[in-house]
Amino acid sequence: MKIVVVDYGVGNIHSAIKGLKRFTDNVVLSEDPAEIRAASALVLPGQGAFKTGMEGLRVRGLLEEVKQAAAAGKPILGICLGAQLLLAKGFEFGEHEGLGLLPGKVAHFPALQDGAKIPHMGWNAIEEPTPGKWKGTALEGLRSGAEMYFVHSYILQPTDPAHVLATTLYGGLRFPSVIGKGNMIGCQFHPEKSGEGGLRIIRNFVELI
Amino acid sequence: MKPRVIPRLDIKGSNVVKGIHMEGLRIVGEPRELARKYYEQGADELIAMDIVASLYGRSPDFDLMRSIANELFIPLTMGGGIQSLHDINNFLRAGADKVAINTFAVRRPELLAEAVRQFGSQCIVLSVEAKRDGADSWEAYVDGGREHSGKDAIAWIKQALELGVGEILLTSVDFDGTRKGFDMELLAAVASFCPVPVVIHGGAKDSASLAQAIIEGKADAVCAASILHYDEWTIGDLKKELEDTGIPVRVSDRNGGGHPSSANL
Repeated sequence: MKIVVVDYGVGNIHSAIKGLKRFTDNVVLSEDPAEIRAASALVLPGQGAFKTGMEGLRVRGLLEEVKQAAAAGKPILGICLGAQLLLAKGFEFGEHEGLGLLPGKVAHFPALQDGAKIPHMGWNAIEEPTPGKWKGTALEGLRSGAEMYFVHSYILQPTDPAHVLATTLYGGLRFPSVIGKGNMIGCQFHPEKSGEGGLRIIRNFVELI
Repeated sequence: MKPRVIPRLDIKGSNVVKGIHMEGLRIVGEPRELARKYYEQGADELIAMDIVASLYGRSPDFDLMRSIANELFIPLTMGGGIQSLHDINNFLRAGADKVAINTFAVRRPELLAEAVRQFGSQCIVLSVEAKRDGADSWEAYVDGGREHSGKDAIAWIKQALELGVGEILLTSVDFDGTRKGFDMELLAAVASFCPVPVVIHGGAKDSASLAQAIIEGKADAVCAASILHYDEWTIGDLKKELEDTGIPVRVSDRNGGGHPSSANL
């Protein structure tokens, strides 16, 4: 087994590696297409703008590699920006094409109630949309309502409700905080910064490989 | 957002230290050990500051900071002696999520604007060391609470907000290390206008003092050091008593409250 954390030139990638290394030594950071092709699972970490992220993948020749890994059913974990890139389109600083591994888009938070500030930053609960939804996913074993650490201004909007694995309530808005399908999962929050609950997700992901 | 409970490690050399009014520093423990302990107790975040870096005009020990970060899986604010974007980058590479800047921002406020442009507001925390100098006024101190800056703390915070800082770490030099409760007047003076989260620090006494800062003082987060270092309180006990008084806190049970035995792994 080899997990490749994809280095595509955006920030905040080291803490993801640190989290994975709690559970396995088979983790490498790489921007090399061949190494990514040979991986048994991919992690797309990252923080930053949608366009910068896609551009970072493109210039390194990694767009096709990530798409093929998904087509082959390899486990993929997207974190924050990495989760957003899984969707088809982003609307941060203009309209941009995403990886399109899931239909849907990434859009700015709409106006929120109760003076809720943007970015949405801090601990908030993730909830299971329907009982049993987390079974067999990296969220298995978590309590619905477990709190995770968020820092974001844009939200995941998958087209198909079946791709919403968890939701979070903020400023009167319930938005998808985890999306996924098959072996692919994208977390809007940072599991590697979310204490033991977040580590549980990382451990589950590693054990599902 | 739920109020956060944040332990603070003041670091000098290779030790965690603590004084009173930011003076008379005593060694209270080993950084990694204390960081680990507070993580396990359920800290929502952790602040680690090299408190002599700016005074001695030297770089913080980034290896030590990295070793602290490696113990923890919660957000970290780090700081001490930050003079440049390069220093900020080094802290982020060491594992910080946010950096706290005081002395060199007071000397050159433009540093804050540059830092916000480069790293985003969410990453830049203004650390203010305020010491009362009048009935309703406080002076911002620098170099670990030792030196006058000549700046009015409230005016300085307003200026820094204009420059885009995303959070205020508000320390009362008068109350620091005294364990007599927070400076509620200072907190009120800042919370009354501040649109970004305020972390109050200096004087944490018990859970009631934290509750007062949160409810009356409108603090977004409460920072504690002495009462934790000297084992008068654990973070778990503080949070439990906050919850008992009706203040929602993050429940930091293992596995996010799940039951590992029921998982099909």
